[in-house]
Amino acid sequence: MFRINDRVIDSEALKTAMADPAAGGFCVFEGWVRNENEDRPVERLEYEAYEPLCVTEGEAVLAEASERFGILGASCQHRTGLLEIGECAVWVGVAAAHRDEAFKACRYIIDEIKVRLPIWKKEHYVDGPSVWVNCERCSKHQTAKPGT
Amino acid sequence: MKSVHVRYFAMFREKAGISGETLQLDVETTSDVFEQTRDRHGSAEPSAHCKVAVNDVMANWQTPVADGDTVLLFPPVAGG
Repeated sequence: MFRINDRVIDSEALKTAMADPAAGGFCVFEGWVRNENEDRPVERLEYEAYEPLCVTEGEAVLAEASERFGILGASCQHRTGLLEIGECAVWVGVAAAHRDEAFKACRYIIDEIKVRLPIWKKEHYVDGPSVWVNCERCSKHQTAKPGT
Repeated sequence: MKSVHVRYFAMFREKAGISGETLQLDVETTSDVFEQTRDRHGSAEPSAHCKVAVNDVMANWQTPVADGDTVLLFPPVAGG
């Protein structure tokens, strides 16, 4: 199941919901808010998402992981809104009969989530104006042509 | 000319100052929409770095645009 919302991620509840007597391995990835990026001190992060397509695409990623790696179950939850340092921004859990497919599927899911889902991240810095991550050229353009 | 509903997200929305609008555009594909709205979304990014959807379905930059379609313009994504 894929979910995206502004609520704090309850990793224990997500893990409990995936309990499966056939599972011999459970792999989790949590993405946390880090206090720096490229040597700049980060104060907090802000996530924006287009929920309808995030859910569609997120469910597709989970289905692909299940088909590719033969896992027993997969779940992912992503936060939106303002997050403080240390908070969990994304949680991925995979249950499988054996560890190899659990690790591989977990890696596949987080890698695809990062590049396919319509989610944007704005970094709020301690020492300067906020910046949308991966929009460096947008920012330069904005500086070059203010008000356009 | 086609009536196209264009929606802007994240940096594109901030640049445009609005989340969406209906425009009369002479376009065939999503790529045409991206180019003809540069003065609004303000992106210097090539379209290849961005994503697009039509009527809430992920699309590509060759996807045809019909009269009345909603085109969603997504800046470079950064989930996780």
